[in-house]
Amino acid sequence: MYTQGLLEPGGKATPAGAAVEDEAQLRRFQERIDAEEKIEPKDWMPDAYRQTLIRQISQHAHSEIVGMLPEGNWITRAPTLLRKSILVAKVQDEGGHGAYLYSAAETLGISRAELIDQLLTGKAKYSSIFNYPTLSWADVGAIGWLVDGAAIMNQIPLCRCSYGPYARAMVRVCKEESFHQRQGYDIMLQLARGSAAQRRMAQDALNRWWWPSLMMFGPPDGASQHTALSVRWKIKRFTNDELRQKFVDFTVPQAKFLGIAVPDPLLCWDEAAGQHRFGDIDWREFHEVLKGNGPCNRERLAERRAAHDAGRWVREAAAAHAAKHAARAAAA
Amino acid sequence: MSETADWPLYEIFIRARGGLDHKHVGSVHAADATMAVEHARDVYTRRLEGVSIWVVRSSDIVASDPAESDALFEPARDKIYRHPTFYDIPKEVETL
Repeated sequence: MYTQGLLEPGGKATPAGAAVEDEAQLRRFQERIDAEEKIEPKDWMPDAYRQTLIRQISQHAHSEIVGMLPEGNWITRAPTLLRKSILVAKVQDEGGHGAYLYSAAETLGISRAELIDQLLTGKAKYSSIFNYPTLSWADVGAIGWLVDGAAIMNQIPLCRCSYGPYARAMVRVCKEESFHQRQGYDIMLQLARGSAAQRRMAQDALNRWWWPSLMMFGPPDGASQHTALSVRWKIKRFTNDELRQKFVDFTVPQAKFLGIAVPDPLLCWDEAAGQHRFGDIDWREFHEVLKGNGPCNRERLAERRAAHDAGRWVREAAAAHAAKHAARAAAA
Repeated sequence: MSETADWPLYEIFIRARGGLDHKHVGSVHAADATMAVEHARDVYTRRLEGVSIWVVRSSDIVASDPAESDALFEPARDKIYRHPTFYDIPKEVETL
């Protein structure tokens, strides 16, 4: 669903190996990027480009996988059979997005097992948004509308990312993401047109998800360590703040249509700038959530680990079955 | 925390409709080819994207080396006479 392009603890933008890279190769690489050529897995690339992509794509994949949890929480309690079917399909899509993205990351020379291990040991990050709880059915609507909406904003430019396998995975993801956003808005719309209690649920969900959604775009440009290099390498096409602004401008009228209020007293339309002005984001909260102190960080990781452990016997049985059949086929 | 090595990787090719080629769409890990087809079904055809699936062990694919691509493809570059547009045919000559 999303990556925040964050630095891993102890991560470095330029690994020690970069110094020995050939100047001429680096220049040729940049020329290819500037000419909008796609970089493919077997092409030469600077080590820092490879490491940046592994970090970004795997964070993105982990976010898809952990993102299944807050919504999965409501599958058994969806209000109708149709809503349940839609939610199952959406959560299955998130699993699929994780699968596309892990595959893309693996083309850079890291194994699936290593990637999963990094998630389960807490070494790798995933989007901060999934560490917030889903307290009511309206939260499922708010996630589709706001969280997937923010994800689309971020992911559409990634379809033109310079790394071929990532760009191709994103094309596939984006095609499916629009369904996610629209089903979410549809839930919000139904609540907004419902009883007073349902409208209160919709408002309460917006109150809780608005600010964390704005944080999804990552730290402000001044504090983002990766932006400049990622833009030069065409991994990133727009800065965090540009995308955040666009999201606010798109979303505010949608909230207005629903008849619910964006929880920001400073939000206003700036006629001269042709865009909305909005209040300050609480970056302390963002960093606390990233550090592992959000409302659900421990629960999410514990649930992923439990699912991984509970599935171990299935993986082992499948491997034993495959080995037995391969042996029989060889003997025949 | 990782217990075993990854399952082998399979490259997935999908025929979108009868009459079209199978096209590479991505890859999945699977214990064997049968499971690879099932995973490919779940991962790549949730919205009727295909009517047929091929799976091939990634390790069985032999690819050309991008570093050799000049040597490999350069010889085709100056053979413009292989294209029909190389030949000027007088307007009077029809159906050619």
